[in-house]
Parts: sequence; C-alpha cells; structure tokens
Amino acid sequence: MIGIIDYGMGNLHSVSKALERLELDYFLSGDPAELEKADGLILPGVGSFYDGMKILKEEKLDGFIRDWALADKPLLGICLGMQLLFEESEENGPTEGLNLLPGKVRRFSGVTAEGEAYKVPHMGWNKLTFKQPEHTLLQHTEPGHVYFVHSFLVTTSAEEVLIATAEYDGEVPAVVGKGNTMGTQFHPEKSSFLGMDMLHNFAALVKREVTARG
Amino acid sequence: MLTKRIIPCLDVKEGRVVKGVQFVELRDAGDPVELSTFYDEQGADELIFLDISASHEGRKTMIEVVEEVAGTLAIPFTVGGGINAVSDMRSILRAGADKVSLNTAAVKNPELITDGANYFGTQCIVVAIDAKYDEELGSWRVYTHGGRTPTDLEVREWAKEVVKRGAGEILLTSMDQDGAKTGFDLALTKAVNEVVSVPVIASGGAGAKEHFPAVFHEASADAALAASIFHYKETSVKEVKRHLAEKGVNVR
Repeated sequence: MIGIIDYGMGNLHSVSKALERLELDYFLSGDPAELEKADGLILPGVGSFYDGMKILKEEKLDGFIRDWALADKPLLGICLGMQLLFEESEENGPTEGLNLLPGKVRRFSGVTAEGEAYKVPHMGWNKLTFKQPEHTLLQHTEPGHVYFVHSFLVTTSAEEVLIATAEYDGEVPAVVGKGNTMGTQFHPEKSSFLGMDMLHNFAALVKREVTARG
Repeated sequence: MLTKRIIPCLDVKEGRVVKGVQFVELRDAGDPVELSTFYDEQGADELIFLDISASHEGRKTMIEVVEEVAGTLAIPFTVGGGINAVSDMRSILRAGADKVSLNTAAVKNPELITDGANYFGTQCIVVAIDAKYDEELGSWRVYTHGGRTPTDLEVREWAKEVVKRGAGEILLTSMDQDGAKTGFDLALTKAVNEVVSVPVIASGGAGAKEHFPAVFHEASADAALAASIFHYKETSVKEVKRHLAEKGVNVR
C-alpha cells in the first residue's frame, strides 16, 4: 500500500486520482505512525520550500521521512516534494532541506547568459533526456514530454543522482534519485501516458520491495 | 525547450459542452468527460473548461463535472466562468482543476487576482482577457461579460496590471476574430506578448490547421486555443500538431 504524505502543500488530489486511475491502493495521512504502515511513500507538494519544510518539522515528518529513506524504503517526491529531498534552498533565505540527495535549490534567473529574458515559471511540456535509462522509474518508457510547473530548480554536481533531465536555460534535473529515494521535478500525474507509466513503475518497485522484505 | 501548447476549449452549460459562435448561437457538442479523454488521447496539451451556466444549479453541476474530469484526465486543465471569490477558486481547485481562469470578476475586483495568487500560487491563476479593436482608442479595448460590456481598459495596460497582481498566464481572446475562422489575431497577440513576462494563450479565429503556425512564428504565443474546429472534427489536435511540426514549431 502506498502512503501519500498529507502535509497541506497542494496536489494531493491529483496524485490520488492518478493512483486511482492505475487501480493502486493508497491512503493519505500526515501522521508518522500511520505512514509507517505504508510500503512506499509519495511526498507531493506545490508551493514554497520554506513553508514545506516548516510544516514537515512541525508535524515531525522530517525525521520520519529521513529515517524511512535511510532504511532505503521506496520514496517518491513530486515537484516541491522532490526539491525537499535535497540539502537546501535559497528560497526565503537559505532553508535546510531533508538532505537525502546532494544538491541545492535555486531560482531560475529569468535571463540567459547572453542577456536574453525567458519566462519563469518553467511551465508546460518539455522533453526528457534519459541519463540512466535503466532506472526503475524509466522501465519500459521512451524519452518523451512531461508537464512542468516550477520557478526553482535543483543544481547538483553529483551526476550519479541525475536520472533524466530537460533543457530550459541549461540542464534541469527532472528525475533524480539514489537507491529507493527518488523524485520528479515535473508532475507525472499530469504528464499523460509517460507520467502514468512512471507512477506505475514506482508502484511496481513498492510491490517488489514488499516481496523481497517478506 | 518548452513545446508550444494546443488547448481545446470546452464551453460547459449545465454539465454539457456547447460552443458559442460569436458568443451568441449555441450548439451542443457533447459530454465533457468523454470529450476530455478523447482530447488527451489526441495529444491535447491542456484543456480549458468555461462554465457558461447562469444558474446556481449549473455552477454546482460544474463542480461535479470538474471532479469527474479530474478522475479521468492525465493532463492539466483550467476552469473558468462565474468565479467571483477566493472561495469559488478553492472549490474548483479542490475538485481537481489545476488552474482557475478569471475574467469579468478580475476587472471588477483586481484584488481577486492578488488574493488568488497569494492563496494558491501564481501558477494556478489565469486571467482571461476579451479584447476588441477600437478606432477611437487606437488600440484594443477590454470587454467583460462574455464580450457584451466595454470597459475603459486598454488591453496592454490591463495585461501588465494583471501580471503585476500575480496572474501566471493570460488567455487572450480576440473578439474581432472569434468565430470568424480566418485565423488568429496576430497583431493583438504580439502586442500583449511583448509587454508581459508570463505565457500568453492566443484564442479566437482558428478555422483550419494552417492558421496555427503563424500565431507561434509571428506572434510568439506560448499556446493556442480552439474550440469548434476540434469539437466538430473539422481538424484534429493530432493534425494541427503534425502540421506545426512540419512548419518547424516545437510540439509534443
């Protein structure tokens, strides 16, 4: 069973609906004791990094999620939920993240190196480049377009956590991960067939882990 | 690079999809849930639903439609029409819409844009602008109430204002072109796109797939919206995209 972490930061509904379309069992909770019963966790989220971290701390979800990930149990962050997996964000002054993946979160500058203005947020359909096509989330998929809405992006020098990227004034980490901790900057639940395939792959991983752990 | 988006628009009245021809004549063109799945499979990048119900019951039906669509659709969708308060935005977003679109209410009370952006984020707030060229003004004038009521607003000034207040996107409808099926209003789209930093969706005038490349090449629109040509299968989203790709426009 997949637990969706309910901490008041947006897109719960669309993520739940997507799991329903895939006929997957899930529950919503903001209580670590309840979430502990899940086999895999999804950390969704839309909004500010600062607010997201503040609530995770208040609800004592930060330590819980860290322990979960350090035990290598399946965890999928979506959009803000993915950014929270990293070390820190410059949004509202430096804010410490969950520190599960190496890298920082910064705002798109809105101006290219050549001084040309571009639109922020990065909103719409962009094409993925697969860096690690053999990764769990990318099984049986082809690099296609997915739906992004974000003003901040991850920067990292750790190539090994980059699973897929997109181009928008440079390389944008789009799928990231280490072990069973992973995330997507785009919204798989809004990314038509390709996004649904990735959610399906995450659910399959959760199932495999249950079997493996007995 | 981001692709240019093709967005079918569905006008919904009492739970059924209809399309206004020049905002007056209405024809029934189907079931919203069925149509939205059809458009997803066709390669539509997003959908917009405009609730044109006048009654309270119609609005309640719309929430049910939004819930049903959210349960089946795997692409983003926007809902507009009859949104007058933050509470209206909340119920539509809660029902599963990704964005809300404000039109007349934003002109009457621009604070609504600011409030919506603060509560839900700018990415949720689309401001729809209906504009018509005005000789006296020497520019395009903003209209409200489905194009029936002229305002004192010049379109570029209003566009800048809504972005300053937190609109994340502008849905720009040319009343001169709407229903004429002779192509998008390139001058209007270009004029507005030049003064704002958010995506502009061009609307009004699409009559054939050949009308789409120009709005991207010449007016730099981020997205193009059409309704009747898709609903009545005069062309399809798939055909439009194939044509755009042939003409060098980056599409999904």
